[in-house]
Amino acid sequence: MEKFSYINPARLEQVPGLLKDDWQSKVIAGGTDLLGEMKDYIESPKRLINLKSIPGLDQISADDGGLTIGAMATLTDITEHSEIQKNYTALAEAAGVVASPQIRNVGTLGGNLCQRPRCWYYRDPDTDCLKKGGNMCYALSGLNKYNAIFGGGPNYIVHPSDTAPALVALGAEVTILGAGGQRTIPLENFFILPTVANPYRENILEPNEIITQIHLPKPIANTTSFYIKLRERSSFDFALVSIAGVFQTQGKKCQDLSLILGGVAPAPWRSNEAEQVLRGQVISDDLGERAGKAAVKNADPMSDNAYKVTLTQNLVKRAAVMAVS
Amino acid sequence: MAEWGEARKSSLLGKYTQRLSGPQKVTGQAKYTFDINRPGMLYGRILRSHIPRGTLTALDLSPAQQMPGVKAAIPLIEVGKEIRYEGQEIAAVAADTKDIAADAIRAIRFDYDPLDHVVDLGESMSESSPQIRDWENNQSDRQIDEKGDLQAGWTTADAVVEATYSTEVQVHTCLESHGHVAEWDGDQLTVWASTQAVFGTRRDFARHFELPEDKVRVITEHMGGGFGSKFGPGVEGQAAAKLAKETGQPVKLMLTRKGEQNTAGNRPSMVQHVKAGATKEGKLVAYEVSGYGTSGLGGGAGFTGPYVYQVPNYRTEKFNVAINAGSGRAFRAPRHPQGAFAMDSLMDELAEKIGMDSLEFRKLNDPNEIRHAEYDRGAEEIGWNRRQKVAGSAPGIQKRGIGVGSGQWGGGGGKGTKARVNINSDGTVEAVTGTQDLGTGIRTAIAIIVADELGLQPTDITVKIGDTLPGLPSGGSGGSQTTPSVAPVVKTAAMAAKESLINHLAEKVNVVADEVVIKEGSVTIGNNQLSWKEAASTLGMETISEEGSWDENLREGGAAGAQFAEVEVDTETGQVKLIKIVAVQDCGLIINRLATESQINGGVIGGIGYALLEDRIMDGQTGRSLNSNLIDYKVAGAQEIPEIRAIAHDTDRKVTGIGEPVTIPTAGAIANAVYNAIGVRVRSLPITPDKVLTALEEA
Repeated sequence: MEKFSYINPARLEQVPGLLKDDWQSKVIAGGTDLLGEMKDYIESPKRLINLKSIPGLDQISADDGGLTIGAMATLTDITEHSEIQKNYTALAEAAGVVASPQIRNVGTLGGNLCQRPRCWYYRDPDTDCLKKGGNMCYALSGLNKYNAIFGGGPNYIVHPSDTAPALVALGAEVTILGAGGQRTIPLENFFILPTVANPYRENILEPNEIITQIHLPKPIANTTSFYIKLRERSSFDFALVSIAGVFQTQGKKCQDLSLILGGVAPAPWRSNEAEQVLRGQVISDDLGERAGKAAVKNADPMSDNAYKVTLTQNLVKRAAVMAVS
Repeated sequence: MAEWGEARKSSLLGKYTQRLSGPQKVTGQAKYTFDINRPGMLYGRILRSHIPRGTLTALDLSPAQQMPGVKAAIPLIEVGKEIRYEGQEIAAVAADTKDIAADAIRAIRFDYDPLDHVVDLGESMSESSPQIRDWENNQSDRQIDEKGDLQAGWTTADAVVEATYSTEVQVHTCLESHGHVAEWDGDQLTVWASTQAVFGTRRDFARHFELPEDKVRVITEHMGGGFGSKFGPGVEGQAAAKLAKETGQPVKLMLTRKGEQNTAGNRPSMVQHVKAGATKEGKLVAYEVSGYGTSGLGGGAGFTGPYVYQVPNYRTEKFNVAINAGSGRAFRAPRHPQGAFAMDSLMDELAEKIGMDSLEFRKLNDPNEIRHAEYDRGAEEIGWNRRQKVAGSAPGIQKRGIGVGSGQWGGGGGKGTKARVNINSDGTVEAVTGTQDLGTGIRTAIAIIVADELGLQPTDITVKIGDTLPGLPSGGSGGSQTTPSVAPVVKTAAMAAKESLINHLAEKVNVVADEVVIKEGSVTIGNNQLSWKEAASTLGMETISEEGSWDENLREGGAAGAQFAEVEVDTETGQVKLIKIVAVQDCGLIINRLATESQINGGVIGGIGYALLEDRIMDGQTGRSLNSNLIDYKVAGAQEIPEIRAIAHDTDRKVTGIGEPVTIPTAGAIANAVYNAIGVRVRSLPITPDKVLTALEEA
C-alpha cells in the first residue's frame, strides 16, 4: 500500500476537521475492508483517522425512544445483544451472517454500512472501471453473475452490506457528523444509486462526514423481523440475494411490512411492488407467489444473472409465507 | 524378503497414532519456509504482468534500484519477448523490508505492444481466435485410443446416452504459497523451500546455477500443502537464489496469494462430448468420447475415460486447448476427477435409461472385487435403500437425494529411497531419509514403522526428513507414492538395525543371537532382562547405523475407492446442502489409521470444493483472472463440510498410497445425488445455485 499518516483523535468533534474535504482522508474503524482496498491500491488515502482512539463510540443503549447503536459497535456485539436479538431480530441475524467470525469480531456497524462494493472489476487493481474514474462498467459487457438486476447504470454494482437491508427495513435513522455539526436522517435516504454525474459513491457522506450512530425506533407490537441470506459459500460469502423482512401481523393478516432486498441493486432495494401486494392482506402461499412475481416485474437482468430474478422471486415468497407461519 | 505379516498383529501398525509434529504445529512452533528468518535476510518480490499478451518493448529497473532499501533488481524476461499470460514474471527485487519490496516493483517501468489474447476455451478453438501457441487452431494433436468394434457395439446397445459434461479450472490454493529462502555461503547454496521434492529441487537448483549437486542443500522441515504443484524451484525459486547471490544476503521470496493463484498451477478444465450404450441386461457395450480441456499455455489437460468400468468397444479422442493463462500442473490425481465426474454421471444416466438401479448397473460393469465390497459397505452406511426410486419424486421444496461415485489409483511406490536407522548408545533412535512431509503424515508413519520393529513407541523415534544434507535421497511426494516408496526401506533399515543390536548383545554376553529378544521396550537375553536404554548403553563408543533396502514385497499398488453422497437441494434457491458423505477407500496395509482417515477427509473436502464451489474465472475483456483471491475463489469452509464417514477399507494387502484416490469419486457422487434429489441433471461443475436454478427452469 501507499504511505499514509495515521492520526489518533481523542474527541469525536475533531474528526470532521481532520478529514478535511479533499477526499484524501479516510476514517478507519475495524479496517477489514479499507485495508484490503489499500493493499490492492484501490484506495490510497493520504491520511487515516483512527476512530478506535475515541472512547464511547461502540455503545449500544436502549431508551424510551428505541435503541441507539454506536457506529463502532462490532458486528459480534450486535449479534450477541439480547435486546437486538429479541426486538430487532433482522439486524441480529444480518450481523451474524456477515463474512466470517474473525471479521465480525473487528468489523463495525459503521464500517459495514460504508463498505465498498465487491464487484470483481472494481476490486481488480489493474482494471480502470467506471467506479474508479474509468470510462466503462466492465460488468455490463463482461462477467456479471454477481451484479445488479435492479437500479443499475451507469455502473451495476450491488451493495454488499447485510446490515443495511435489515436496518432500512427496521426503519433506522442514521446520525451523521460533519463540519457543520450533526444531522439525523432516515437510513433509507443515506444510500444512493449511481448516476452519470456521480457513479463513484454508494452513500451521501461528504468527505468530511462520518456516521456516528444508528437509531432504531421502538418496536411495534405484533411485529416480527428476519433476515435471509442466500450465498454460494455459507462459511464466508457475500449475498447472491438477501431479504430483510419486517412484518406487523394479526393472525395471517399482514397489517404493515417492509421488504428490503440485498445483493440485487447498488443500494438496499425496497420492493414496493411486493409490499403493495402483501400490505393489508391475508397471506397465503398464493399471495406470496404473487408478491414474488410483483417483486421482479421490473427486474432488468444482465447476461449472467437472470438466476437472481428467480432467486429474488422465490425469496420474497418465502419471506411472506415465513412471516405468518 | 521382508514381510509385514507378523507386524500386522502389532500394537502400532494400523492403529490411531497422533501426528508427531501436531503439538508443534498447533502451537506455532513448527517452522515452515514462511517462518524462516535468516540474519541479514532480504525480502524478494516479483513484478508480474497485468496484461495477458503483448511484446515487451522496454524494461527499466532503475527506478527500483535507486530506491533506498532496495538491494537488487533483476529482469525475468528479455525485452523483445512475448508476455503470454497475466501474472507472467517481468522482474524481481530484493529489499530490506517487505513494504519496500512491494513499493519497488511498482516503481519498475515496462512498456509493451499489446497482442490479441484469448482466455475462453471455446473462443480459442474458433478460427477467428488469435494463434497463441504452436498448435493448429490452438489445439494440440488428438490422442486417440480405440478398442474392439465400436459399430458392432452400437448395434447391440438397447439404450444410448449422449451428453456433454464439463469441469472448471481448479486452483491448488496451497495454504502456504510457493516460496523459498535462499542463502549462499561462497559457492554453497542452502535453500529452505516449500516443496514436495527436496532432492528434485536440489537437482533443479544445481542445474540452473551450474553447480555440483552436493553444493546445494534443500530443507523442508514443514510445508503448507503442495497437491502436486510444488516439485521444483520455479521462476520464483531461481529468482530468490539469484537475488541472494547478487546481494550476498539471504533472500526470502514467497508468492503473494494473487501470484500463487495465477501462476503456480491448476487442474485443467474439461469438456467432453460422450455417447455410450448399454444392453437392457446392464452391460456397457459402446463408448465414444471426444474431449478437451485447457491447461493455460501448457499441456496436461485430459481426463480418464472410459473409467473404472469395462467397455469392450470404445473410441476416445482427447486434446489440449491453449488460452492465455497460467499453466496447469499436476493436481491431486491428475485427470481422474474430471474423468470420474463424467463417467459416474454417464453411468447414472444409462442405468436410468435401462431401468436398472445405478449401483447394480455399476457392479455389472466394474471388474474390481474390492470395489464391489466397498459398494456394499458404502450403500449400507449411506442407506442406499432410502434413495428416491424415481429421481426428483420426493415432495416439497427441499428435496433429498443419494448418489455414488467411483475411483481408482495406482500409488504403489517404487525404488529410489535410501533410509538409515541409527541406534545410539544413549538409547535414542534416529530414522533418516530424504523424503518430505507435505502434510500427509509420513514423518509419523516412519516413526511408527521403526518403533514397531524395535519394540518402542513412535515418540521414542527422532525422524529426520526434509533435508538433502544427509545424502539419503528419496523421490518427490507425488502420485500417492511416498508411503509405499519409503515404508519398505525404513522397515528394512529398522530390521537391520535391530539385527545389529541383537548380534552385538549376543556377542557381548556370548550367547547365540536367538536368545536375544527385543520386545516392548526391553531386551531379554536368556534369563536376564535389560531396559532398552541399558541394552543400548552396552554399545559404548559404537553407534548402530543401518541402511534399508527396497523390498518389492512390502508394498502394492492399485487402490479402489467408492463414495456416496446424500444431499438436500432447495429447489427455490438452487442451494445444494450436503448431508453426509461416505468414503470407502481401499488403503492397503494401514500404518497410521488416524492419518489415513484424515487423508480421506481431506480428499473429500477437496472434492466438495471441486463439485460445488471452486472455479477460476477469466475475463475475456481484460484477459485477467477475476478471482485470484480467497474471497472470490471459493474453497470449502467449515460450514460446507458435512458429516464425513471415512472408512479405511482394510484388505489383506500391503502398503499403498491413498493421497490421491480419496478425492476422485466425490464430485460424481454429489452430482448424482443432486440428480436423484431434483430429477434434473447438472452436467457442469461446480454445481452452483445459478446452474441448479437454470437447469430446473429448463426442465
